[in-house]
Amino acid sequence: MNQQRDIGFAMQCPVPLPPGEQILLGHGSGGKLTRELIGQLFAPVFADGELARLGDAAVLDLPGGDRLAFTTDAFVVQPAFFPGSNIGELAVNGTVNDLAMMGSRPLALSAALILEEGLEMAALGTVIASMADACRAAEVRLVTGDTKVVERGAADGLYVITSGIGVVPAGVEIGPERARPGDRVLVTGPIGSHGVAVMSRRAGIAFDADLRSDTAPLTELVAAMIGAGDVRVLRDATRGGVASVLNELAEASGVSITVDGAAFPMLPPVKAACEMLGLDPLYVANEGVAVAVVGPQDADAVLAAARAMPVGAASALVGEVGEAGGTTPVRLRTGLGATRPLILLAGDQLPRIC
Amino acid sequence: MKYLDEYRDDRVALSLVERIRQATTRPWTIMEVCGGQTHTLVRQGIDQVLPPEIELVHGPGCPVCVTPVALIDEAVAIAKRPDAIVCSFGDMIRVPGSAEDLFMARAAGGDVRVVYSPLDALEIARRNPDRTVVFFAVGFETTAPANAMAVKQAHRLGIENFALLVAHVLVPPAITAILVSPGNRVQGFLAPGHVCAIQGWREYEPIARDFGVPLVVTGFEPIDLLEGILMLVRQLEEGRTDVENQYVRAVVRDGNLAAQRVVDEVFETADRAWRGIGVIEKSGLKLRPTYAHHDAEVLFPHDGGPPASESEVCIAGQVLRGLAKPHHCPAFGTECTPEHPLGAPMVSTEGACAAYFLAGRVRQETPA
Repeated sequence: MNQQRDIGFAMQCPVPLPPGEQILLGHGSGGKLTRELIGQLFAPVFADGELARLGDAAVLDLPGGDRLAFTTDAFVVQPAFFPGSNIGELAVNGTVNDLAMMGSRPLALSAALILEEGLEMAALGTVIASMADACRAAEVRLVTGDTKVVERGAADGLYVITSGIGVVPAGVEIGPERARPGDRVLVTGPIGSHGVAVMSRRAGIAFDADLRSDTAPLTELVAAMIGAGDVRVLRDATRGGVASVLNELAEASGVSITVDGAAFPMLPPVKAACEMLGLDPLYVANEGVAVAVVGPQDADAVLAAARAMPVGAASALVGEVGEAGGTTPVRLRTGLGATRPLILLAGDQLPRIC
Repeated sequence: MKYLDEYRDDRVALSLVERIRQATTRPWTIMEVCGGQTHTLVRQGIDQVLPPEIELVHGPGCPVCVTPVALIDEAVAIAKRPDAIVCSFGDMIRVPGSAEDLFMARAAGGDVRVVYSPLDALEIARRNPDRTVVFFAVGFETTAPANAMAVKQAHRLGIENFALLVAHVLVPPAITAILVSPGNRVQGFLAPGHVCAIQGWREYEPIARDFGVPLVVTGFEPIDLLEGILMLVRQLEEGRTDVENQYVRAVVRDGNLAAQRVVDEVFETADRAWRGIGVIEKSGLKLRPTYAHHDAEVLFPHDGGPPASESEVCIAGQVLRGLAKPHHCPAFGTECTPEHPLGAPMVSTEGACAAYFLAGRVRQETPA
């Protein structure tokens, strides 16, 4: 007994740990440090094939042949209120979109709230109303939840954790490992809007511009795209932005990807803010933009279907999938014909954007 | 975006590349002085599409990179004092000192804050009257006017608890130091557009005359850089040694006289150490005696301390003088990365090593 307690106190650990003595902010960035944490700690310890697939949601076979998509996501964005939205809507859309990225329609959500002592009731009310509005817009029910309150200073305002389940229709096969050489890469909207909108309200650098988070449910857009042709991979380009997602799916599929720097749609104020702040928009978070890998014969049809939906009106084909090779699987072509790798950043350009 | 898209037009860029090719008959070695220029060149792959006769070497124009270790150690020491708050631009926080960086000082309980303007630091001083707020004033001539204004403002409003830790450096003495250094290969310079927006280019005329080198004041967008390179190549090919201005939309010969007056009122020139290069005479700024009570080096005198040490493998000094390229360093991309920098040029995005790393360049065994 005593011996066990000692072990507990010394924090000796039965599993091999990723490098580093302490958790850094970068471990939550969606970049290289996050990958280290998942690849070197979580995935080996839980040793589950579906977890190791690292999709936006897990897909589980049910008795009877149906397939269930299942996902969970924690939202800690700071500030909790930002142009165009707040943490509540973000938490609903984020989980709805993780389900959509497996081609599924959301069935039901749960929500857990962690509230800091002293949080204003009116702020909580606004967040909850936004969550309800977002559920209606995404046509999903919120059916169970939990609330915890922690001492002042033990959390920053409020955190929202949502989980969700959805049904994957028969015949739909989407996964991060399914990209093949020759496939085309599509993004479904202007990039960088969410991250820059949040940044514009950060203490110390607040600036005024016509910026709004792009948070939106993507279920209908995804359904339209799947209906139009062979969609092989879908990823929600949240933390780490489009560049990080491209790196993840290139690795999962064992392929290379080349994109055109000039092909990515971007709103002028977002572009201006990125210039001013020295941010690369390819690494800035989105909350209503998906990256899709599409079979080459269907690329134009899927693009047309995406553009016909309001949330996908700015969709564009941005690159193509090639054979694996080289140490940097994702490359960007500059307008001058030179190419440079798009690497996975170690940490984040901005902390806590979702 | 106006004033931006027209300087990034790929067709114009490619036609400039072609004109540079036509103008070039011999090998030329050109230095872009400013880290912002290095960043654009590497990021857009401009160095990959130029004719092979043109070699670009990267200059010392990253103020974060050339700030001496002793000054970073000083900032770390101040940050650890309970009666002080250190404010800095974000890039500076991760630059390694001899034992620690400001991030580590913060993890150890020091109050270190990232600000985007010296006036933000002044505001922090106003709100924390019981502590001394020290702004780490790093930069070339470009940032000196804003820092001078912050000091003047503090003086005027009677905010006595605001101080600068001054690490200001000046470009013309650095160019001269490169030209007189043994082994110098640089034959022409792209002079830094933003610095010249403040200072104009009169100071560069004696350099061109005395050393027989052409300089072109150049902006930061791809078209600016290609046009600057074309102007410089033409001068080199024709044997001219003039100061020319590519950055006409921002720079005039006399510069911004009002900004120069403010700087001159608050600062005076002083000898200054450059990390990786050494002490260069009259190459920095320090606060004038009138403002000594806003000078962190006066308020918190050095305790001596152990001598500053540098990594033994890092070749930052050679990189900063244009004698080596970042990917010739044995530590490049392995021991030394933006997450674990051995030398300052790997820290700031304007540093040549970080620009190479972020552009995915890989280490080369033998220098080209």
